[in-house]
Amino acid sequence: MKKSKDDYLTVFFIGIAATYILVSLALPMYAILSKSIENKDGIFIGLENYKYYFSNPSLFYSIYNSLYVSIITTIISVSLSFMFAFALTRSCMVAKPFFRSIAMIPILLPSLLAGIALIYLFGNQGIFKELLMGRSIYGPIGIIMAEVFYTFPHALLIIITALSIADARLYEAATVLRAGPIKTFFTVTIPSAKYGLMSACFVVFTLVITDFGIPKVVGGQYNVLAIDVYKQVIGQQNFEMGAVVSVVLLIPAMLAFVVDRIVQKKQVSILTARSVVYQPKKNKVLDTIMLAYCTIISLCILTVVGMCLYASLIKFWPYNLTLSLKNYQFDLMDGGGWDSYYNSIKMASYAALFGTIIVFTTAYFVEKARSFKSARTMMHLLSMMPMAIPGMVLGLAYIFFF
Amino acid sequence: MSEYLTVSNISKSFGSFQALKEASFSVNEGELVCILGPSGCGKTTLLRVIAGLEEQSSGEIVQKGVTISNLPPDQRDFGIVFQSYALFPNLTIKKNIIFGLQTRKQSSEIIENRLNELLSLIGLESHKNKYPAQLSGGEQQRVALARALAPSPGLLLLDEPLSALDAKVRQFLRLEIKSLQKKLGVTTIMVTHDQEEALSMADRIILMNKGVIEQIGTPQELYSKPDTSFTADFIGKTNLISAKKVSENKIKMLGQEFDCSEPLMSEEIIVAIRPEDIKISKQESDPNIIQGRVLEIEFLGSYSIGQVEVQHSDQKEILICHLPIDNNEQSSIAKNSQISFSLNPNSLKIVSS
Repeated sequence: MKKSKDDYLTVFFIGIAATYILVSLALPMYAILSKSIENKDGIFIGLENYKYYFSNPSLFYSIYNSLYVSIITTIISVSLSFMFAFALTRSCMVAKPFFRSIAMIPILLPSLLAGIALIYLFGNQGIFKELLMGRSIYGPIGIIMAEVFYTFPHALLIIITALSIADARLYEAATVLRAGPIKTFFTVTIPSAKYGLMSACFVVFTLVITDFGIPKVVGGQYNVLAIDVYKQVIGQQNFEMGAVVSVVLLIPAMLAFVVDRIVQKKQVSILTARSVVYQPKKNKVLDTIMLAYCTIISLCILTVVGMCLYASLIKFWPYNLTLSLKNYQFDLMDGGGWDSYYNSIKMASYAALFGTIIVFTTAYFVEKARSFKSARTMMHLLSMMPMAIPGMVLGLAYIFFF
Repeated sequence: MSEYLTVSNISKSFGSFQALKEASFSVNEGELVCILGPSGCGKTTLLRVIAGLEEQSSGEIVQKGVTISNLPPDQRDFGIVFQSYALFPNLTIKKNIIFGLQTRKQSSEIIENRLNELLSLIGLESHKNKYPAQLSGGEQQRVALARALAPSPGLLLLDEPLSALDAKVRQFLRLEIKSLQKKLGVTTIMVTHDQEEALSMADRIILMNKGVIEQIGTPQELYSKPDTSFTADFIGKTNLISAKKVSENKIKMLGQEFDCSEPLMSEEIIVAIRPEDIKISKQESDPNIIQGRVLEIEFLGSYSIGQVEVQHSDQKEILICHLPIDNNEQSSIAKNSQISFSLNPNSLKIVSS
């Protein structure tokens, strides 16, 4: 077959994108892998580091901890957001856009903010400390609460999408065949949202297991994998062990990611051209319950956010509760103050600008080009990888590689 | 035959749009009635009102002497096959079929018997543990039919049941559904936009246009005695020509006078002439002879369709007519040739606009 101009263009751009991914992702990841099987002097020692790691009970225990908080968070976060999404898509509750906006707030905040807010709320000087009945917020309880807050909108977005593509005719079929609401829920609602639910589970799981901010803030003595990487590298300058933990951390994240991909592939399009979009009907009981539920969840979110705002305006928590803007005088802080604020904005802007250009070009050629199917599939897979790689592992990999 | 279902003065509005206007008809026991019409004519809305999936704005529906128009769908006695079936994709064929029996709390013995009966009826015994996505469109259609029939409903509603299938399967299933319906004797209302489907399957057709029932009758009646120009045009091909009344049995159209055997009610009239009723004239004595020039000929095998231009005063009118094909007498009618044809007075149908 004669190659057209388009084909050359495709090869060119896919080539560039592949090189970029190779340099920015594949090679650093390779560096981290090889680092994990070297000793301090850079000599190959096989799996010695891993042996050491797994024989060290405190390090090994953090695997269990990581899995524990990730799984519990996943269950809670997905259940809560499923109910919320159900209210938004399947009831005739009032003020849906309002509740939706409230629920989306956490997506705009850094993960550790929830941790900070929880300390203000439930910490040793917290205002709701009694609610924990003597248990400490520092540890799994705090991590899980904060992670649920942080992952809630992520799960919600996915589940809303899954629930809003329901086929009205399946509901009608269930109705005319005289199925009650519960049977309908389990034969129609759950199966049609099944893949969305799974996807939400994997996303939440990956987010939690790779998150570093929250465990750092409210984790207390509770070690998780992401903290281990930090401790090994920053605390003990033990890059090799940091690499080992990174690799260990990668495994569950990658696993979740791969399973998610497989599930996604299996999903046959539920919505055909002939489907009719489901329109919820008024149902007083359901609408009231859903409204109450959404109000409670929204109040929780607003409390967390409000607490942070409030705390930021207070002179010296919890001894001097006068309001002031003193804390916003970033110049008085160490570590750069306003400079680090501007740096953050600058970094984010650059990432947004170049990220969008690179992603758009790559995506265009991966999806639109007709030829080179295998190359395009590879690209697709590679470009999805960073989702499963914790930011810190990638950062560490860069240190090794560059 | 006794009346099974009576629909009286059903109207339905969606906001300011009136989807159904005073629709009334009745269906006899064991009959297969097709609601036919172009898309957007309100036929599906009418079916959904009968099923209770849509609430009528006004009007009443009586099924077997009981007023059902205010009952929710799950308290009405019917089975329905949706457009593109709406089978539960996560349930096997078997579970799909017995769904309505389980919700009716039938004993497992009855369910098992009924399942086997239905599976053999639709000929899909070996597929019972498959999922809908593993079946072809035609097979899914039959499963949907079995699911609707499983609880032995008194009324079967079919919403464009064949529209998602390709032409060959469609033709085969037409006959199959019809024979199944006759065998079971279940009163059936089917919605379709395909006039061929309606003509070949229905005992009676309810023709709808813009929310109004245009005409009700057997397929033959609708074809040969259309009441309105819409009916004449929608069922089969037709020429619609405006004409004026001259005397009791004479009309003037296309610049000349014609004999007409139908009663003439008004001065301005519309005449519908089927293409096959326009015959080439061989003798001077033929009635209603008119001249025209052949513009186009479309060869269709056993006959051709010709476009014939008739010129009168300063106007031109194009008539569609069937031209016979005589294989021995090659191209007796050629493009651009002048022909004279005859319009039988009985074939001039007067329709209301």
